[in-house]
Amino acid sequence: MAEIQEKADSGKGGKKRAKRSSTKIDMTPLVDLAALLITFFMLTTTFNKPQTMEINMPVKPDNEEEQIALKASNAMTIILGADDKIYYYFGLAEDNPEVIESSYAAGGIRKVLTSPQVKSNDKMTVMVKPMEGSRYKNMVDILDELKITDTKKFAMVEIADSDKKLVQEQIGN
Amino acid sequence: MPKVKVKRKNPSLDMTPMVDLFFLLVTFFMLTATARPDEAVIVDTPSSASEIKIPDTNVITITIDNDSRVFFGVDGQQTKEALLDKMAGKYGVGFTEEERKTFSLLSNFGVPMSQLKSLLAMESSARKEVNQPGIPIDSARNELGDWILQTRLTNPKVVIAIKGDQDADYPTVKRVIDILQDRKVNRFNLITDMEAKPTNL
Repeated sequence: MAEIQEKADSGKGGKKRAKRSSTKIDMTPLVDLAALLITFFMLTTTFNKPQTMEINMPVKPDNEEEQIALKASNAMTIILGADDKIYYYFGLAEDNPEVIESSYAAGGIRKVLTSPQVKSNDKMTVMVKPMEGSRYKNMVDILDELKITDTKKFAMVEIADSDKKLVQEQIGN
Repeated sequence: MPKVKVKRKNPSLDMTPMVDLFFLLVTFFMLTATARPDEAVIVDTPSSASEIKIPDTNVITITIDNDSRVFFGVDGQQTKEALLDKMAGKYGVGFTEEERKTFSLLSNFGVPMSQLKSLLAMESSARKEVNQPGIPIDSARNELGDWILQTRLTNPKVVIAIKGDQDADYPTVKRVIDILQDRKVNRFNLITDMEAKPTNL
């Protein structure tokens, strides 16, 4: 009550209003700074972590002679050649099998690995033999294909002279 | 005629929501950011459909570039300092406190032990310019094997990752894998890019 009266009083004599400063502040510099920081962090962040592919190499045997020889019907060999070439054959190199050229495309080696000849045989072992001229990408690609096709038994094997000879004789380079 | 009054609009708009959003993003990026480390060499890794992520810590990264140079890197400053001490003892090279500090901040390097001291003495800008020859991997001077062995002795939890360039030649990769196998490392990771997994099999 008293307040109202007081107000009425002061209303009469000379306006004494407190200067009201605007409550709005200019936020543009703030926005500028925030945008700058966002840009900085976005550019310096390594956003996605690299993927990895886990591989287990076979433990090197202490005694070579104790190993059991692979049966010809359970063996498949993939040879990685130079210039992204890829060859494969079934059986053992001694029996002079037919070497077939394939490719890394979806319809190439993947089709072979999903074919009944490989899939229906639980004991089928795929040996990957990269030649000297092959690239690291070829190796990763073929390991990836083996993983995609869910081929359980595979090994990275050093290329033998007999394999090189086979490729040379049948493919011609 | 009545005057057409142009309604004056206040041109300043309320930026508060925008600022809110921006600071939310800043906070997010600050908390998730891990600064990109300075790599001694840039490699273009091949892609694979694998979906395993590499762990954050305790990783040895062996980088192989397209000139068949091999670079070695490990994370953890304490690990690196202890590792350098061990390697210094083995190769009879003394390192000053300052050089140890520099080494502990280096993400990877590719010089033989004999040149490591001069590499560490360089300014960080000069180090980027210099052409590092790679770590010797031949059987006569197998320094990479020593680095790996000493790192595993220093920090037994380390995981080994190979980060190879697409065009790295196979014999070098094979040699690195052989070195790992000689040290009884039969399980390791290959760092690759992401690739969509094919659905039609």
